[in-house]
Amino acid sequence: MTARDLSRRRFTQSLGVVIATFAWPCRSGFGQAPGNLPFSLRNNRRLEGWIRLDPDGTVMVFTGKAELGQGILTALAQIAAEELDVELQKVRVISADTSRGPDEQYTYGSQSIEQSGSAIRAASAEARGLLLAAAARQFEVRIEDLKTRNGTIAAPDGKQATFWEIAKTDPDLLRRDIAATTAPKKASDYSVVGRSINRIDLPGKLTGAPSFVQDMRLPGMVFARVVRPPRYGAKLVSLDEAALRSTPGVVAVVRDGNFLAVAAKREEQAIAARDALASRAHWSDDYVRLPDFANLQSELRAFRAETTVVGASGQSEPVPEQAQRVSAEYTRSYLSHGSIGPACAVAWLKDGRMTVWSHTQGAFPLRGDLAQVLGMEKSQVDVIHVPGAGCYGHNGADDAALDAALVARAVAGAPVKLQWMRDDEFAWAPFGPGMAMKVEAALAPNGMIVDWSYDVWSNSHAMRPGQPGGVNLLAAWDLKTPFAKSSIPHIPQPFGDGDRNAPPPYELPRKEIRNHLLLDTPLRNGSFRSLGAHGNVFAIECFMDELANVAGSDPVAFRLAHLKDPRARAVLQAVAEKAGWAAGQRGDGRRGRGMAYSRYKNIGMYAAVVVDVEVDRETGIVRVPRVVVAADVGRVINPDGAKNQIEGGILQAVSVTLKEQVVFDRKEVTSREWSAYPILTFPEAPSVELVLMDRGDPSLGAGEGSLPPTSAALANAFAHATGRRIRELPFTPERVKASLS
Amino acid sequence: MAFRITVNGKPHLVDAASDTPLLYVLRNDLGLSGPKFGCGLGQCGACAAIVGGKLVRTCSITVRDVGKDPVITLEGLGTSQKLHPLQKAFIDEQAAQCGYCSSGIIMAAKALLDRNRKPTSEDIKNALADQLCRCGAHNRIVRAVQRAAAEIAG
Repeated sequence: MTARDLSRRRFTQSLGVVIATFAWPCRSGFGQAPGNLPFSLRNNRRLEGWIRLDPDGTVMVFTGKAELGQGILTALAQIAAEELDVELQKVRVISADTSRGPDEQYTYGSQSIEQSGSAIRAASAEARGLLLAAAARQFEVRIEDLKTRNGTIAAPDGKQATFWEIAKTDPDLLRRDIAATTAPKKASDYSVVGRSINRIDLPGKLTGAPSFVQDMRLPGMVFARVVRPPRYGAKLVSLDEAALRSTPGVVAVVRDGNFLAVAAKREEQAIAARDALASRAHWSDDYVRLPDFANLQSELRAFRAETTVVGASGQSEPVPEQAQRVSAEYTRSYLSHGSIGPACAVAWLKDGRMTVWSHTQGAFPLRGDLAQVLGMEKSQVDVIHVPGAGCYGHNGADDAALDAALVARAVAGAPVKLQWMRDDEFAWAPFGPGMAMKVEAALAPNGMIVDWSYDVWSNSHAMRPGQPGGVNLLAAWDLKTPFAKSSIPHIPQPFGDGDRNAPPPYELPRKEIRNHLLLDTPLRNGSFRSLGAHGNVFAIECFMDELANVAGSDPVAFRLAHLKDPRARAVLQAVAEKAGWAAGQRGDGRRGRGMAYSRYKNIGMYAAVVVDVEVDRETGIVRVPRVVVAADVGRVINPDGAKNQIEGGILQAVSVTLKEQVVFDRKEVTSREWSAYPILTFPEAPSVELVLMDRGDPSLGAGEGSLPPTSAALANAFAHATGRRIRELPFTPERVKASLS
Repeated sequence: MAFRITVNGKPHLVDAASDTPLLYVLRNDLGLSGPKFGCGLGQCGACAAIVGGKLVRTCSITVRDVGKDPVITLEGLGTSQKLHPLQKAFIDEQAAQCGYCSSGIIMAAKALLDRNRKPTSEDIKNALADQLCRCGAHNRIVRAVQRAAAEIAG
């Protein structure tokens, strides 16, 4: 057996390719569920849709959430193992899969433990209860007298049976609607939840086992690449296909309107054919006029906008006359996901069915958009999640899925693996949109804030596939018969969109918060980790320091004076203690320290961050030697997993704050490779010290909440060090030098 | 064209154009999943392997230029049953999030430990300066390399 055969076999086994088309019992309809059911169970009532005892002695647990590198499958396996009383190694979690798993929409918003975790907890408790009841009947004893351990039920007289043996006697035992009447375990009885279990997917990834969609190999598979236009708006005028005469291996050229792709027998042949096509394709000079990169604050505020007041209170309260008014404006750049592996998908049109393996965050919503574009019924399309490189939001995964499906249609019968090249990823994936923020406040003589007025201007950060009114997939807009973009969503508080975390977390007697949802979308907009929370927390927390400075207060004391929530106060106090925060210390022009606080979405995790900086005044380079964070994520399923997420968010925030910005001229994106979009490197990585608060239910989500306050704390540290305030991200050396001159 | 290359101790006969980047030969002809495509520009290090004892970007070297130099990829270090100390240390430290950059980083760490048995954390950071990690697992990775160095030193 060759290495290739072996790896194909291993891959097939590990990802369920062979069984991808078996029929799963249909799910219950909508609207039957009692209101107290966990969110994800309401539209996925069937127990066997979540839990299945496999005859091979394992438990299959189905989730609608996707492994994005955050370790969610491990945490969900812990929850299932805990509630079922089964050994962790016997639990196999199947990631989002429209052919056989529950529809949990998207993996986003730091909600997977809250949603899928709650559903799997309830389903597992119910399954265990049903198995116990069946065992009680079989052994003719009371349920209360039975004990479960490691997948085995034991009676007082020594009789025992495994879950699988019991299920064999009644194949329909776990085929039913979930009643959610079996109470889950008490937290005090947990032995698997709350422990730092090693990630179940890492041994494979660290030894070279095929683990990613990029590693999929199917029999007869061809390789494909896309040839994107040179810029937004350019149209394909003509194509000299003779260009391909000297490039061997080409199987198909797919041209549909402005969509152009090529498939070849070998991967390097597909890449060579892409280059040949790109050099011989003639594109129109059309372009979308992009904003002036150097003046984002004023440019964004000149876009057409829909303005809403997303929070107001105390407007009838008078503002004391002697109050001092302070205002400031802040800007965030457009951000790229910068995933190390460009987007990739495998698509296979076979026997009238389209199967797409994708690292999408939303297998079910993507299926709907794919079906629309392909002119197929949803039931003829399946999307199976397979991990890709790190995912920090709405990246190119969904677009690559459609690209691959369009090529698969042209080579029907053959599986197609399509991967974007690095410049496709940097130029065409959705960006975290640029943001402009303006804050105005009034300070009373006693140092308390008595008025607060806030505005944020931003495009939607929520343009994923699966939205009403159109299709949100790149190639769909380029086809000869194009699809319209979906309408811009309106996401209410507290989730919000560009206005996520725009309402300040502080006790303020009078405040008004306005969201200016920008309607012009010259650059492609999407979701980057924490959506608008990043820009809003940056603005609010920088401004809190500016106010504290005017009030002559210590930043920690100033925040505490405006915070009542005891859990908010606790993280602030914990981080101050851990970092050795000392009020009244002055920066020395080079070194400084700053802090910031936020509660993600104002309903999720609490995080307070202290950042130390060292500023090289000659080069303008800002170094971050140390970050300290205190985080309260509620119930912790896997402490090391939560820690990894929180640390990762902090390092990514340092990268974003110091280095990252999508660069463009008035016609096109120019940052198309790593040297033009640098990210944090190993020598630049700060140490991170974490205080993880010990709290109970519910879980508040750990994936995103450490990122927003880190940017603000870094900016505050710079101001503390130098006495100069930079209100625009990122802190490039040029910007730093300009601020110090 | 046919090329003889030695990968992870085994000789292979590969039929590919002479200018084929080694990366695609490793991934598609030999079915290895360790080296990853990241940028194709030699900038990110996801495709790194050790060729002739040196850390090489396999996206930027052709199969012809490999010649007789032995190639070592992640798969050549250890298996899930018999982990290399670096692989074991990465698991012990949970030194990854998505794991896409891990192969290149482990190979860069291997190249470091081959020439410096007792690296400081500064040495490790500098040796990994051209390896990109986007998830922010940097500190765990540095700790894992230190742990592996200690284990190899006994």
